[in-house]
Amino acid sequence: MVTKSKTSETETKIVSSTVWSAGAGCHGGCGVNLHIKDGELVKVEGQESHPYNQGTLCPRALALPEYVHHKDRLMHPLIRRGERGTNTFEQATWEEALDLIQNRMNESRDKYGPESSIFVQGTGRDVGGWLVFLAYNFGSPNWMQALPGNSCYHPRLLSMKVAIGDFVVPDNSQCHVDRYDNSEWKLPECYMIWGQNPVATCNDGNHGHWIIECLKRGSKFIVIDPNYTWLASRAKLWLPIRPGTDGALALGMLNVIISEELYDHKFVEKWTTGFDELRERAKEYPVERVSEITWIDKDLIVEAARMYAKAKPAALQWGVPIDFAPEGFTVAQAINHLWCITGNVENPGGQIVAKPAFGVTSYPMGQDAIEAMYGPMMPKEQQAKRIGVDDFPIVRDLHWRAQPDATIDQMLSGKPYPVKSTFVAGSNFVVAAQDPYRWREAFEGMDFNVVVDLFMTPTAMAIADVVLPSSSFTERDGVRAWWSPLTAQHPALRVGECRSDAEICFELAGRFNKDFQFESLDDLYRFYLKPSGLSLEEVRERNWIMPPQGSDAMPYKRHEKGLLRPDGEPGFNTPSGKIELKSSMMENWSYDPLPFYTEPDYSPVSRPDLVEKYPLILNTGSRTIAFFHSEHRQIKSLRDMNPDPTVELNPETAKEYGIEDKDWIWIENQFGKCKMRVKLSPVHPKIVMAQHSWWFPEKVYEKDYGAYESNVNVLIPGELYSKTGFGGSQVKSLMCQISRVETE
Amino acid sequence: MASNGLWIDIEFCTGCLACEVACRYEHGFAIEEFGIKVVEQVLNGGQTFNFVPIPTDLCDLCVSRTAKGNLKPACVQHCLAQVMEYGKLTDLVKRMEEKPRSTLWSPKPRKADRKPFASAAA
Repeated sequence: MVTKSKTSETETKIVSSTVWSAGAGCHGGCGVNLHIKDGELVKVEGQESHPYNQGTLCPRALALPEYVHHKDRLMHPLIRRGERGTNTFEQATWEEALDLIQNRMNESRDKYGPESSIFVQGTGRDVGGWLVFLAYNFGSPNWMQALPGNSCYHPRLLSMKVAIGDFVVPDNSQCHVDRYDNSEWKLPECYMIWGQNPVATCNDGNHGHWIIECLKRGSKFIVIDPNYTWLASRAKLWLPIRPGTDGALALGMLNVIISEELYDHKFVEKWTTGFDELRERAKEYPVERVSEITWIDKDLIVEAARMYAKAKPAALQWGVPIDFAPEGFTVAQAINHLWCITGNVENPGGQIVAKPAFGVTSYPMGQDAIEAMYGPMMPKEQQAKRIGVDDFPIVRDLHWRAQPDATIDQMLSGKPYPVKSTFVAGSNFVVAAQDPYRWREAFEGMDFNVVVDLFMTPTAMAIADVVLPSSSFTERDGVRAWWSPLTAQHPALRVGECRSDAEICFELAGRFNKDFQFESLDDLYRFYLKPSGLSLEEVRERNWIMPPQGSDAMPYKRHEKGLLRPDGEPGFNTPSGKIELKSSMMENWSYDPLPFYTEPDYSPVSRPDLVEKYPLILNTGSRTIAFFHSEHRQIKSLRDMNPDPTVELNPETAKEYGIEDKDWIWIENQFGKCKMRVKLSPVHPKIVMAQHSWWFPEKVYEKDYGAYESNVNVLIPGELYSKTGFGGSQVKSLMCQISRVETE
Repeated sequence: MASNGLWIDIEFCTGCLACEVACRYEHGFAIEEFGIKVVEQVLNGGQTFNFVPIPTDLCDLCVSRTAKGNLKPACVQHCLAQVMEYGKLTDLVKRMEEKPRSTLWSPKPRKADRKPFASAAA
C-alpha cells in the first residue's frame, strides 16, 4: 500500500488510490492522492505518474471531500418502522440489519424459490460484480440493470460480441505507459464522435479528455450530435442528426464507403464474412433517402463517410443514444461495421479489443466469465428461470442478466412465478428510470426491499425496508481490471459505520450460502488475481500495473497472433473465426442478421397525427460535468455549476414560444409533464434538450424529495424497448410541447 | 512587479471547471469563493464558442506549491484539457507567439479581506 507521511508539521497523510466510483460518478480509473488530516479527507489530487489521468482530475473527483463528509451521508444502517415511503427509518446496528435481511430473504427463498429475489444495480461501476457474486451465492439467476432495454452500453457491447467476438474501444494510447509519445501508437487521422460528449464524461472505460488530446494533436473530427457541442465547434464536420435515426445514418455511410470502393479490401477479404450481403443491404440506404430520414444534408453525409473511410487510422467513439435508438442492438451493429470494413480493428489509432489486464475479471459481464470465475455453482435448471430467457435468446445464450422490462412486468403480474424481494445497490430508479411511477409501483408490491446507497434517495425513501450505508471509493479496498492497467483501491479513512459494497455483499453471501468457500475479502481478491500470477500484496504496493506488451490484454493485431481465440488460432472469437458482418448468432436466434433501420415509434414521421400537438423533439440525458445521472445534487461545489434542472433551447425556438433565457417552462407530452429552466444554446431548433434524473435533496419535506416535478423521465413510457430486449426506449427522440410557466 | 504568470490556450479549454474546484481546495477557499472562474462565450450566432478561464485577485499562482519545487499550480496540474502553463512571463509570451488564440495572466494577489457584499458572493 502506497501510504506515506508528509512533513510532521502538517500531519497530512497521503494515500494513493484509484478511482472506482462511488463518488466521482464515472467508469474511469484515475490515479488519485487522497490527503487525509485528522481522519478527514481534506483534498484530492491527481497522480502525475499515473498513465490513466496523468495528474489531471475532473471537478467531481476534486470535490470529493464535500461528498465524503457531507452532512447527509448515511452513517448507519436503517430499518423502517412505519409505513413505506413515510420516512419512519430508525437507526439499527449492522447485526440487526443483516439478520433481518438474512431472515426475510431466506423466508422468501424457502417459500417461493431463490429466483423470487432479484438483485438490482444502476449503472454498475464497482457494484455490478458484487451483485453477481451475491446473487450467485443466494442462488438467484435474476440480476439486472435498472434500465428499460438494458439501454446503456449493453446493446453496443453485445452487438460487438456477436460480430467481433470481443468488445472494442477507440485507441487513445491508453495501453501504453508513455501514452501519446509511444512509438507504436498512431494519432487517429480522423476521429468520429457519434452521439457522445467527451468533454462532460468518461464513458465506458474511456477518459473523455484523451479524445481532446487527440484533437489538440491534430486529429480531424466529425461530430454527430443534434446539439452543437463545444467539440462540434472544433470539428471539421458537424452532422446535426434527427435523434433516433442513427441506424439510417450508419447504413447510409456504409453504402457510400462500399459503393465508392473506399473499404479496406484486404482486411474485408481476409478477416470478415457476409460482406456481399452487407453490400446489398446497404444499397437500400441511398444517401437521398438517408438525408430525408436523418435531416442531415446529403453532401455532408457523403463527405463524412469519405473522410472516415480514407483516414488511416480512424477512430470512433460512440455514446448511449445508439442504445436508445429503436432496435439499438442493430444500430450498434451498423456502426460497428464501419470500423470493420475500413480495417480499423486492432490497428494503432483505430479500435482495439478491450480485455481485462492480466486476465483478471473483477466485473464479469457475461455468463462465460461468471462460470469461468465461480464454476457451475448455479444449476442449469435454475439458470433457465432467469426472467426473459424464453422471450430473449440473448438473455439465454449470452447475457447473464434478467431482462429489466420483463422483470418489471413480472413483479407486477406475479407471472410466471412471483417476485417477492429485492436487493438494490447504487440505483435510484425512482428518478433515473423511464416511467418512474411504474417502477415504483413494481417495487412497492414487494414483500421486502433492501436499498444500499451513500445518501438517502427518493428510491430508498419510497421503497426501502432496510437501508444500508455504503462507502465512497476513498473508504474502499479492492482490485480493478477495467481494462488496463490493473489497479488497487486503498481505504484512506472510515466514515461513520459505512461499509463498502464488497464488504456488504461478501458478508451476506456467506450468510446465504452454506458452502461459501472464502475466508475473507482478501481471500477473494487473491482468487480474482489468480490468472495474473501477481500477489495481492504486489498489486497493492504498486497501485497500478500495466500488462506487458505482447500479452493478450495489449494491442495490436491480436487476431493475427492468435491472441483472441481460446484455441489460440488466428482470427476472431466468433463461430466462424471471422468478423461476421452478417451474424450467424443473430440468424440462429431468428433475428435479421444484418443491420437495418427502424423509425422511432413516436416521431413526426411515424405519428404525423401528433405533430400539431407535439411539434418538438424531446431529447434527454445529455451529460453535464457537474453530475452523474441522479447523483451529486447535494454537492454544493457541483450544484452551483448547474443549480436548476436545465433545458436547452435554440434562441429561435424560444422566441417563437415567447420564452426567454432562464425562464421556467413546462415540457409536456401524452405521457406526462415536468418543469425546467431554460438555457439558450446552439441546439437544433426542433429539439428540446432536457437534463435527466433531477431531484432535490434539499426538499426534505416533499414527497420523495420532489422527485417528480422536474423529472423528465415521467414523459417517457416504459414499453418502447427493442425486440431483442437490448436497446430502444426513446429517451432521445420522443415528441413534446413546451410553454412558459406563468408565475402565480 | 510580477515575474511569473499563467498561459492559457483558449482554443482548447473545454470548460470542464476542474480549475475552479482544484483552486478552491488548494487554497481552502469557501465554496462561494473563486481564485479562477471560467466564462462561457457563445456569441456571434454560435461561431464564437469558447470557455475562458480568468483568474481572480485571489490567485497567488499557488505560491505554496511552486515554492516547494516542482509542483505546478493546482489549476495547471488538474486541467483536464491541459491548456494552462505556469512559468516566467517572458517565456510565456513566447508560448503566445507559438500558439495563437491564447492569453496570458499576470497576477496581483490580494487577500480575501474585504467583502462588501459577502452574502451575495456566489
